[in-house]
Amino acid sequence: MSRSEPRGGTAAEAAVPSAGGLPRRAHGRAPLVAEGLFRTAALSSAAVVLVVMAGLLAVLVYRSRLSIDRFGWSFLWSAAWDPVRDNFGAASSIFGTLAATAIAMAIAVPLSLVIALFLVEVAPPRLARPVGYGIELLAAIPSIIYGMWGLFVLAPLMADHVQPVLQRFLGRLPLFSGPPMGIGILTAGLVLALMVLPFITAVARDVFALVPAVMKEAGYGLGATTWEVARKVTVGYGMKGLIGGVFLGLGRAIGETMAVTFVIGNDHRISASLFASGNSIASTLANEFTEASEPVYLSALVELGLILFVVTLVVQVLAQLWLARLGRRAGSVS
Amino acid sequence: MTTNPPPDLAPPRPAATTSPSPDVPAKISVRGLSFHYGAQQALFDNSLDIPAGRVTAIIGPSGCGKSTHIRVYNRIFELYRDQRATGEVWLDGENILAPGVDVIELRRRVGMIFQKPTPFPLTVYENLAYGLRLHYRVKGAELDDRIESALRAAALWDEVKDKLHRSGSALSGGQQQRLCIARAIAVEPEVLLMDEPTSAIDPVATSRIEELIVELKASYTIVIVTHNMQQAARLSDDTAFFYQGRIVEFGSTTDLFTNPRQKQTEDYITGRFG
Repeated sequence: MSRSEPRGGTAAEAAVPSAGGLPRRAHGRAPLVAEGLFRTAALSSAAVVLVVMAGLLAVLVYRSRLSIDRFGWSFLWSAAWDPVRDNFGAASSIFGTLAATAIAMAIAVPLSLVIALFLVEVAPPRLARPVGYGIELLAAIPSIIYGMWGLFVLAPLMADHVQPVLQRFLGRLPLFSGPPMGIGILTAGLVLALMVLPFITAVARDVFALVPAVMKEAGYGLGATTWEVARKVTVGYGMKGLIGGVFLGLGRAIGETMAVTFVIGNDHRISASLFASGNSIASTLANEFTEASEPVYLSALVELGLILFVVTLVVQVLAQLWLARLGRRAGSVS
Repeated sequence: MTTNPPPDLAPPRPAATTSPSPDVPAKISVRGLSFHYGAQQALFDNSLDIPAGRVTAIIGPSGCGKSTHIRVYNRIFELYRDQRATGEVWLDGENILAPGVDVIELRRRVGMIFQKPTPFPLTVYENLAYGLRLHYRVKGAELDDRIESALRAAALWDEVKDKLHRSGSALSGGQQQRLCIARAIAVEPEVLLMDEPTSAIDPVATSRIEELIVELKASYTIVIVTHNMQQAARLSDDTAFFYQGRIVEFGSTTDLFTNPRQKQTEDYITGRFG
């Protein structure tokens, strides 16, 4: 194409004069066709997400029909897990999942907030930057590495040093009774805490950094200290984003598989002691799929997967409801 | 805490720009104040006396150092690492730039209102309680009373008395700014610094805030930075004209606007630049 010829235009189009001296573009139907294509493509791409979700749900329900027929709702609260007699229940897996997640969140949320506040409000940039990178790096480590570290480093440490101390001071509580073996619900919770910490911290840091400087100045201008400004103004201002970050971490903790499988002990029981072995839905699936020879066994595992799917969905819906309520209370459209 | 009088208050430094009205005692006496953002100097040897119980306006073109100047009075600039002030700022005979000054108490005594309303993400009630609890042991009915009287003083009570436990950010822009004024005066300051307090507010709400400022003059020393010369003329007793980090002229508002001594002042107020 020569330089003098208008791009994609015919000689006739180029000949039409325009006010600015530029050759005019004949519109024709082409822009409308492109617009229609774009709309169709966007709509169908968005629809794919819903179709995949519905498909997943349908397959999970269909493949767990044997187990649903045999055990009914009692599958949810039965703690039995007996592959020999084909008797299965999800209670211990649900319990282990929730207990380990609760421990993880109880540790990770406050720690993440403090780290994020430190990085944004206190640390000099020279220090905040490398620490920030370090935290982002933590998020990039594959979960199996966390699992191996948990099994080979953290579990012996827990067994030899942490759990005996806890037992000595808090041993009268059932939570800290039983033999300190290292692996178990508590250790799984700790590994999970470490895994979700970078996610929550990274979100919290970004949220805090977005708080307008003048809001903080208003706090300092009243005579508040850094902590007083952080506690009410910064955290309050970023509450929506923080909740989003916390649920991001929560979603990850609930479904985390490899790291938990390594350290939770994989024992189908419910114990009051955090030292005891347990199992989570994800760890059970990872461990037992290859062993599930009986159709009912396999079906029970798929039903566990269905429960995990529903629990995750419920968590997300709760998060959305909470955010919506927060939005209404703030009375602002944002 | 140093309580020596400003060394050159009596007799005042013979600079023409220092004191507009020698008969009114100075609440704040600035002496030789210079300010740097990193390597860049923003204020050059500012000296002036802010008279007690009056409204002092600071005018000048954008970037002339108006806001920078008043941000020294409560040491809010110290939040930023690369900002540095040298010189002296005397508040009732205490040099607030001296080391060892209780900055928290300073900021209680010298309140600040910002360009944009800054309601905290809390309820109307908690916005005021926040400041009060920082400085006083107060709760229950006494806290309620203090909050009500601050809201009344800021001419906001009638509008928010039924919305005390709603979010402060749900109020209109003008109400939010009066909420910030209420929050500032709740902790019983002596000086109120206002950094272009109506520049983000609509005209009707602006006139309400201006009325409020005139009322507050009876109880507080007010320093208002404004780029609106009519506002300076309407509200203030004294006016300082800043240009490129220097105080060009400081005098009674009437004199400065009707009979400016400096050519630069005259050019600015007649709209020839700025």
